[in-house]
Amino acid sequence: MTYLRTLTPLFLAISCLSLHSCTKPSNSTGATDQPQGKIVLTGSSTIAPLTAEIAKRYEAEHRGVRIDVQSGGSSRGIADARQGTADIGMVSRSLKDNEKDLQAFTVANDGVSVILHKDNPVRQLSDQQIVDIYTKKITNWRAVDGQDAPITVVNKAEGRSTLELFAQYFKLEPKTIQADVVIGDNEQGIKTVAGNPNAIGYVSIGSAEYGTTHGTPIKLLPVKGVEASINNVANGKFPISRPLNLVTKTAPTGLQKEFIEFARSPKVKDIVQQQYFVPPSQ
Amino acid sequence: MFNSNTSFHRRSEAALVWGLRAIALVSGAIVLLIVFFLVWEAIPVLQQVGAFRFFTDASWHPASNEFNLTPMLVGTLLVMTIAVLIATPLGILSAVFCQYYAPPRIAQFYRRLIELLAGIPSVVYGFWGLVVLVPLIGRLHPPGPSLLAGTLILSLMILPTIALVADASFTNVSPDYLKGCAALGLGRWAMIQNVVFPTARAGLITGVILETGRAIGETMAVLMVSGNVVQVPKSLFDPVRTLTANIALEMAYAVDQHRSALFVSGVVLMLIIGMLVAIAEVLNRGHLYD
Repeated sequence: MTYLRTLTPLFLAISCLSLHSCTKPSNSTGATDQPQGKIVLTGSSTIAPLTAEIAKRYEAEHRGVRIDVQSGGSSRGIADARQGTADIGMVSRSLKDNEKDLQAFTVANDGVSVILHKDNPVRQLSDQQIVDIYTKKITNWRAVDGQDAPITVVNKAEGRSTLELFAQYFKLEPKTIQADVVIGDNEQGIKTVAGNPNAIGYVSIGSAEYGTTHGTPIKLLPVKGVEASINNVANGKFPISRPLNLVTKTAPTGLQKEFIEFARSPKVKDIVQQQYFVPPSQ
Repeated sequence: MFNSNTSFHRRSEAALVWGLRAIALVSGAIVLLIVFFLVWEAIPVLQQVGAFRFFTDASWHPASNEFNLTPMLVGTLLVMTIAVLIATPLGILSAVFCQYYAPPRIAQFYRRLIELLAGIPSVVYGFWGLVVLVPLIGRLHPPGPSLLAGTLILSLMILPTIALVADASFTNVSPDYLKGCAALGLGRWAMIQNVVFPTARAGLITGVILETGRAIGETMAVLMVSGNVVQVPKSLFDPVRTLTANIALEMAYAVDQHRSALFVSGVVLMLIIGMLVAIAEVLNRGHLYD
């Protein structure tokens, strides 16, 4: 019976702990919240994961600052920045003409490259051919001067920014794309194409270039004669690319300004590259 | 003194009982909280779109307001059923081999191997499937990532579950029965078929339920090898998307209605699991834990 005596407090302690932890968070939030030390960013779901990481590093370096990142699409970024609901909007494209009242700061560039297996003899495809392949009007490599083999079309899952950019450039509705394989992240896309000599896919340029330099048997197709490379995305020559912008209503001041400068600085270059984006050329 | 001691015991026992109750309450509450949260997150889209359209829409394109879950529901059930059909006989027969035919040393070694198989993380299975199995199937019948690849990987993953549970439930069959069989001059297979299987029935059913549960829930490996195209597959070589893969693929980038629709996928999964548990209860006539 003695072990009961020792066990009982233990059980009590555990149950107290588990009950205690339920109520704890509501008490402690807001303790680090300083009045002038908080900014809110809203907008593009492409940029949100990137800014969230950058914000984490910024918060670690500046105690007492809180940065709240919410996604909700580029149009929300524009609207919130205009209305002042958010301090900074996130917009994953260049500003349109009727948005020039806002100030845009590019924190990174996003480029998408079409990839094939290294052994595929096809050297280049026209935009129209790629559209036809992705809508299954062309289903054999023979039709585009390749081997006699069926084409395996690799597409991205709905909602991914790579799909959005790819579809936007080729003027495809995501609905009309007829895929054989649907993948999640870039890495999976590269593995799928590397494992299938007859596959065609598209991934972020950063991840594709990392793959080719590390011996993965894939190749990047040029678009409109422009070689797909990080450099060509950074200097704006590569057509399937877009800037990732932070926008503000007026010239940024104070914390707003500091954070934008921090996000554009070489201090966060590794975060930008980790997410397969291309840092802006300085 | 004696008196006070018993009263202390009574008190400490009461505390223990309350402690146990609290712990049971917490585990029960967590399950209910998860279900509540799933439903809570799914409600916005269910209200705006209606539950009906999740089965009648043209296809699954949540960004353009089409929410048909049926192909993925069919995909989930197909992958699960075929995998269970492959893994169950293999697992049970391998346990029979282990218990009644193999020399003790080989049986011991074989058991360790199966345990090792059970311990391999699912991403590793998926990765192996992606670089070995899928290209192999691709050569046979392109494109490669397919229902077949998904079910093969999945059967491999759930095989250890059923094999180990069957092995354990065979061990629990009373040795007296086996001696009785021997005394009656029954052959080994006759004994297994007529005495061991009926006696171990509850254990075997538990094993099947456990493996089915794992088959439904498995996400990463299936996602990596089965192609994930939203469609009702027409052959074993067609790609297929499961409900779990759907959530894992799209959750990271989903907003608003899309996100809410993914929670509906989660609710549907919970319903399938609920039905599975109910079926198990009926099969065992409620005596699963007796």
